[in-house]
Amino acid sequence: MNLPLAPVRMLGDMIRIRVFEERCAELYGQSKIRGFLHLYVGQEAIAAGIVPQLSADDALLGTYREHGHALIRGVPAGQIMAEMFGKATGCSGGRGGSMHLFDASRHFYGGNAIVGGHLPVAAGLALADVVLGRISRVTACFFGEGAVAEGEFHEAMNIAALWDLPVLFCCENNLYAMGTSLTSSESQTDLALKAAAYEMPSWVVDGMDPLAVAESAHRAINTIRGGGGPVFLELRTYRFRAHSMFDPELYRNADEVEQWKKLDPIQKLSDLLLEREQVTAAEVDEAWAAAKDETQDAVDFAEAAPLESVDTLEQHTYAGTDQ
Amino acid sequence: MTDTGTTYREAMRTAIHEALATDDRVIVMGEDVADYGGTYAVTKGLAETFGTARVRNTPLSESGFVGAGIGAAINGMRPIVEIMTVNFALLAMDQIVNTAATLRHMSGGQVGVPIVIRMATGAGRQLAAQHSHSLEGWFAHVPGLKVVAPATVRDARWMLPAALADPDPVLIFEHANLYGTRGDPGLDPVSLTGAEISRPGDDLTIISAAGMVGKAVDAATQLAADGVSVEVIDLRCLRPLDSETIRRSVDKTHHALVIDEGWRSVGLSAEIAADVSEACFFQLDAPVGRLATVEVPIPYAAHLEKAAIPQVDDIVAAAQRVRAGGLVDA
Repeated sequence: MNLPLAPVRMLGDMIRIRVFEERCAELYGQSKIRGFLHLYVGQEAIAAGIVPQLSADDALLGTYREHGHALIRGVPAGQIMAEMFGKATGCSGGRGGSMHLFDASRHFYGGNAIVGGHLPVAAGLALADVVLGRISRVTACFFGEGAVAEGEFHEAMNIAALWDLPVLFCCENNLYAMGTSLTSSESQTDLALKAAAYEMPSWVVDGMDPLAVAESAHRAINTIRGGGGPVFLELRTYRFRAHSMFDPELYRNADEVEQWKKLDPIQKLSDLLLEREQVTAAEVDEAWAAAKDETQDAVDFAEAAPLESVDTLEQHTYAGTDQ
Repeated sequence: MTDTGTTYREAMRTAIHEALATDDRVIVMGEDVADYGGTYAVTKGLAETFGTARVRNTPLSESGFVGAGIGAAINGMRPIVEIMTVNFALLAMDQIVNTAATLRHMSGGQVGVPIVIRMATGAGRQLAAQHSHSLEGWFAHVPGLKVVAPATVRDARWMLPAALADPDPVLIFEHANLYGTRGDPGLDPVSLTGAEISRPGDDLTIISAAGMVGKAVDAATQLAADGVSVEVIDLRCLRPLDSETIRRSVDKTHHALVIDEGWRSVGLSAEIAADVSEACFFQLDAPVGRLATVEVPIPYAAHLEKAAIPQVDDIVAAAQRVRAGGLVDA
């Protein structure tokens, strides 16, 4: 199989996310990060397998669990961390926090915290590309399976399919919408079927396997760039940590979590590449060390960053208030 | 309002036509805007001229197509999104309030949303409680949005280009009873901000907007016959409110009456009355009066609907009470 992404790169990217997220959890405990904090631990294969395949002109939208997508898109880790520290040099100027990372220069449009709300927006970004004749651009929209219950999901799927819009819908099915399980909230739990009902190519992907994710994303993106309209991927995954830092996890048992942790995408890919001698143990160690350095630099940057002056409070409400 | 000249509907259509003809970034989208020509026939004929890719029918998905308009606006377009009526806009409240209004601030100034959303508002056509409400004030509450309500043919013609030139989301509320009114659109662009004096006067200021402006002017004509000189203000813009023009007028007349087709409780009239009271307290010779729609979902039957909404006679009576120093609804 010709891999669209080098497995070593995917391993490194997953490790970067893992280290960054674990550090965020610590910083939350130290009250450096406040508000809601949703970690991506366990789901790294999806961002690592898809985001690097997008070109610089493509657009990306994520949910409030978007640190990993932002990081892999190239938003500097320091700016992401500074945003969570509420600092002026954060990627949203301290206005957004963990749930609202933005980087317009990289076409990274959030960080959206209304479940399902960014799906119609993704369709609109793609519509502009079509109407303005920017051929072969793709808009990638990441969301959780909880969004499937929202009306905006269905409205956006219909509009995207009806108008053949170049959107890659990435449904990260981690089985729980906060504490509501998929089986207790959906009459049809095969989510790819829902997309198929809109005449959209759709299929299920093992979201714990970065190689499978990358391969499916490659196929989907090629279809979309070739004018084939939108594609829906249901990426079956699991978050190893709680929904947010306020979640006592009363809705799932520890055994289930432990079973899924055996499928840890970082461990599995690392073992595979070692076995195939595509990496050495030293190189894996180096990847972890590099990720720790990157995260430490990000924390140092965020710590040293200035707070936004309260005098600027009303800025960015309207264009006229920008300075 | 006169019997000759351009209709409000034609003025609006001319504005949209001009925008489509002169700016490739402009598209029109909404329910039945193409072949049908829009519920109120504002976009009639535009699809024939500009094609259905740019005058684009949408599914009945208010949240979906408003959100798509927002996405297109972020990505370099200038969409004009039509929502049939403000009641339907409630289905898109999430996109308007949570997305369009927040993105610029939430992104630290990186992502603006230059979208224009037009919708019909107001009662008077026996369309009952799901097609007749005046909810402009809800939207005017929200920082990040700009809200305008053209009451004249001139504003119907010229507010749209100003809205399209604006880098932020602009909501245009078109009172459905005004579409057939006629007037001179003039040749000059208008500003999106600032109230206007519709009729000058010295004894009492009536502050009104959209469909109430014409009624207020008619009431002023009647009151003039009784020797009361009324100044009528057309707010034009509900966000931002032009407090300065209101203040200057009330400082002159020492009496203020606010007319609102929305409900009285916690509404636009409350905001304006409070603003006048704060700014002009020592200039007022009487408490600020308010006249608003009766607190009931707008009923179907003509006589009930008429009784629910402020009419010219109600305005005259309210003005006389304010002049007499009494509370309007007390």
